[in-house]
Amino acid sequence: MNNQQKATAYWKENIRYVLILLTIWFLVSYGAGILFKNTLNTIKIGGFKLGFWFAQQGSMYVFVILIFVYVRLMNKLDKKYGYDN
Amino acid sequence: MAMITNLLMLEGIGVQNWTYIIVGLTFSLYIGIAIWSRASSTKEFYVAGGGVSPWANGMATAADWMSAASFISMAGIISFAGYDGAVYLMGWTGGYVLLALLLAPYLRKFGKFTVPDFIGDRYYSKVARIVAVFCALLVSFTYVAGQMRGVGIVFSRFLEVEINTGVIIGMLIVLFYAVLGGMKGITYTQVAQYCVLIFAFMVPAIFISIQMTGNPIPQLGFGSELADGSGTFLLDKLDGLSTELGFAEYTEGSKSTIDVFAITLALMVGTAGLPHVIVRFFTVKRVRDARKSAGIALLLIAILYTTAPAVAVFARTNMIETVSNKPYDGVPEWFKKWETTGLITFTDKNSDGKIQYVADANKNELIVDRDIMVLANPEIANLPNWVIALVAAGGLAAALSTAAGLLLVISSSVSHDLIKKVFNPMISEKGELIAARLSAVGAVCVAGYFGINPPGFVAAVVALAFGLAAASFFPAIILGIFYKRMNKEGAIAGMVVGIMSMLLYMIKYKLGWFDEVLPDKSEWWFGISPEGFGAVAMVLNFIVSITIMKFTPPPPEEVQEIVENIRIPSGAEDAIIH
Repeated sequence: MNNQQKATAYWKENIRYVLILLTIWFLVSYGAGILFKNTLNTIKIGGFKLGFWFAQQGSMYVFVILIFVYVRLMNKLDKKYGYDN
Repeated sequence: MAMITNLLMLEGIGVQNWTYIIVGLTFSLYIGIAIWSRASSTKEFYVAGGGVSPWANGMATAADWMSAASFISMAGIISFAGYDGAVYLMGWTGGYVLLALLLAPYLRKFGKFTVPDFIGDRYYSKVARIVAVFCALLVSFTYVAGQMRGVGIVFSRFLEVEINTGVIIGMLIVLFYAVLGGMKGITYTQVAQYCVLIFAFMVPAIFISIQMTGNPIPQLGFGSELADGSGTFLLDKLDGLSTELGFAEYTEGSKSTIDVFAITLALMVGTAGLPHVIVRFFTVKRVRDARKSAGIALLLIAILYTTAPAVAVFARTNMIETVSNKPYDGVPEWFKKWETTGLITFTDKNSDGKIQYVADANKNELIVDRDIMVLANPEIANLPNWVIALVAAGGLAAALSTAAGLLLVISSSVSHDLIKKVFNPMISEKGELIAARLSAVGAVCVAGYFGINPPGFVAAVVALAFGLAAASFFPAIILGIFYKRMNKEGAIAGMVVGIMSMLLYMIKYKLGWFDEVLPDKSEWWFGISPEGFGAVAMVLNFIVSITIMKFTPPPPEEVQEIVENIRIPSGAEDAIIH
């Protein structure tokens, strides 16, 4: 692989990670916390209605996890393509 | 020192003295750090030399981000809005995912000093840079005025000085460490301020969670059963109390789904487009550090943001139980104390001597300012005096750290983007550093002026700073990174249309300057409030940018090379020298 091809392949993989993670980002906040809130509210965990919990707690936990997952994925990807110096 | 220790030994030391001691100690700490971390070059002044560790940057970003509004007002807003409060919780945290995945690594690799730097270079145009400077100044000034006001309010409530005196004291402190240390001084004071503010927020929250539910973790506490042995879940009880008094069920809220969606989106995208947040990612060493510090920042922010909805539920339940239908003569001491500040007002409309707190405005006798929910929380829960003083120090830390970050954006926009890059490119390093310091002084004075003489519309506009950032910067930066073909014509037109449409919507539906009276909610486009319109303006920006781009020439070869270069993470250490 020459440099140009390497850069393109790296970028493609990066974009794939970003799209997958942003889909989850959208589903927990706009999905579970807003659009499907009422349906999820019929389920209760402890004192929390599930939709309410996603809106005021769960989505934020997932956001934090998403970033750290991305950090790990990208550190590996950087190494794979030798961009980690 | 011996004297202070003796003083602390005294029993019954009042709230006032505790506040002087704790606020005094934290202020000396900030000043000490500022002297230790003076900036000696423009690189240190603008980006702290570019060698801040990810943890330090994460803490500084968290403090920079969490303003007086997050610390003092947010839990209170949520406690009155119930479910609807989620727009702030998700909106002000979800933006960090966008920052970490879409912006921070690339802007770090780009390696310049400011957001207008990126816009100006990527879109090879002075006009683009000037438009970006205008947007950065507009966003930052609307935001910073609110912070200085917040400093004044905390001073006046806890130390019983005039609000204006408080604003001036705050100005002097910020002036000292922002002018002396620039980004370097600000970064390390913000690390200290994060520690102060998170400790001050968590201590009362944990105490109250134990009192009400027996669970020391507030995040779990508000989903638990009450500690009174009734076996009722706290949230069920609050839902019950709310409907009984005629309010919407706490966990349901009352905003329309589309508006909740739009506001959340505008706040998320706005967060990712705020220049004082973005610029923090220029200060770390490598691209991987930029990603990591975004994660750390959000983790540290989430500690406060996941606690706030718990505090909201505790405070709301406590308040309803303490006052609803209780005789006015028997109210606790804190009620009377906050009544004298005008933040609680009671008018006995039916003259029965009892407090009727209900949703119906004609029958409601009690008006409670939302800020009380955090400020009076320790008193409501009978916590010791030092905790109350700690809350004051925390509020000040939150307001000062955000103000300082914004002032830096303002001063670097003027000294770097306008003076160095537009008006006088021949200026020496030394001259630019002096210009940067002078613009910081100027910015503090303007911010202080607005803090002392707040124009009536400031409060209304602060919340909209996010909409403005979402409508202007976010699309231009995203397209600049992810769309090589994007050119200056498209980006400039997009930013102008985005920010103008946001401004016009805001002036019409928030400030009401176009009509005799403020237009009714029913006239909002698609039912979207001015707070949420940033999301629409952002979409407009994207559409205009891409359409105009299709009909205009592609960017020059060397710009396309810049884009290819920022997509590769290695070599960021060298990139910052320019």
